[in-house]
Amino acid sequence: MAKPAEVTDADFETEVIKSTVPVLVDFWAPWCGPCRMVAPIVEELADEYNGRVRFFKLNTDDNVQTASRYGIRSIPTLLVFKGGEPVAQVIGFRPKSELKRTLDSVVA
Amino acid sequence: MVTREYDIAIIGGGPAGLAAGLYAARARRRALLIEKGVLGGQISLTELVENYPGIPSINGFDLAQAMHKQAESYGLETEYVEVTGIERGNTKWLMRTTGDGFRAKAVIITAGADYNRLGVPGEERLTGRGVSYCATCDAAFFKGQEVAVVGGGDAAMDEGLFAARFASKVTVIHRRDQLRAGRILQERAFANPAMNFVWNTVVTEVLGDEQVSGVRLRNAITGEESTLPVAAVFVFIGQHPNTDFLKGLVPMDAGHHILVDDWMATELPGLYAAGDVRQNSARQVATSVGDAVTAAIAADHYISDSFPD
Repeated sequence: MAKPAEVTDADFETEVIKSTVPVLVDFWAPWCGPCRMVAPIVEELADEYNGRVRFFKLNTDDNVQTASRYGIRSIPTLLVFKGGEPVAQVIGFRPKSELKRTLDSVVA
Repeated sequence: MVTREYDIAIIGGGPAGLAAGLYAARARRRALLIEKGVLGGQISLTELVENYPGIPSINGFDLAQAMHKQAESYGLETEYVEVTGIERGNTKWLMRTTGDGFRAKAVIITAGADYNRLGVPGEERLTGRGVSYCATCDAAFFKGQEVAVVGGGDAAMDEGLFAARFASKVTVIHRRDQLRAGRILQERAFANPAMNFVWNTVVTEVLGDEQVSGVRLRNAITGEESTLPVAAVFVFIGQHPNTDFLKGLVPMDAGHHILVDDWMATELPGLYAAGDVRQNSARQVATSVGDAVTAAIAADHYISDSFPD
């Protein structure tokens, strides 16, 4: 299983911004119920899009800089990056089918 | 599209649906729980449930997970799809969903309720950018900032108190001159120095470009308008039952709550409703669970009577 790796303020630039393939970042925190519901779906997506999209989790409690840089004010938020820029955003819990549509629109 | 067969289908995975699932599965009925979003429903957004008898304090999401695990251990199946319509076949109920179709001898509707939105300019545009319906999810992003909570019920106080752990000031905006919240929550709210109260006032607009910068207010009595600068608005102004997909099928009251008898049975054979979707629900975890258990027992009896082997 291609589990999403943790990304932090320190390595966000290298892992996400400079990535040559699109990246999905799951902004979450341990105290957020809906985030815990999103996590297994993101793990499944990481499997299905393995090789085409990279997947990361960013703990907003520990990585305030990145969260505030992208104006995250609600979690879960999923941000999809392409060429270092955020190109798609999903706020709140959404069904897997909708997340796939979002990813497909970016990958295509 | 495949149609799968069950004895009892349960629509909605909040406390009511999870409890119905437990009883249906323990009655050795082939039982399916259909959930469109997050298991636990409204309580999955509740930081602490403190009024479920026997459990002094538990996170809402954890309580829902525990209920689900318990029901699954007896064979409850779960599907994460949305029911778009249900209809009566010859003897069974048919459910259309965003995925497979399902057929069941009895159906228990535990679709719960969804929060109301303010319905004012700026609200939708700034959702996730300072407008929030879940303080437990989002309050931490407003550390040391001033925020507003709209509403005067249990949810407003509960979430307001949670927001007060992070925000420097929480202003509760309520359209009446007193709270509707339970006494203990009221006491806590009034005792918290970060909590402030603006009475007889409604929000008429959420202000801000990229992020919320404030709310426009109107005093409901004097009509006087004012602006309150805040970084976030948490909205808790009641809820509406999720019964749209049943319109025209089953009798409801003016507020779209389903009418049921003492056994949670609707007028239609084998169709039950429990928890926040039914008329006169007390809208508590404990009462929803009680409703649903009643409905599951009734559905089990109905199946025995109507489908003799």
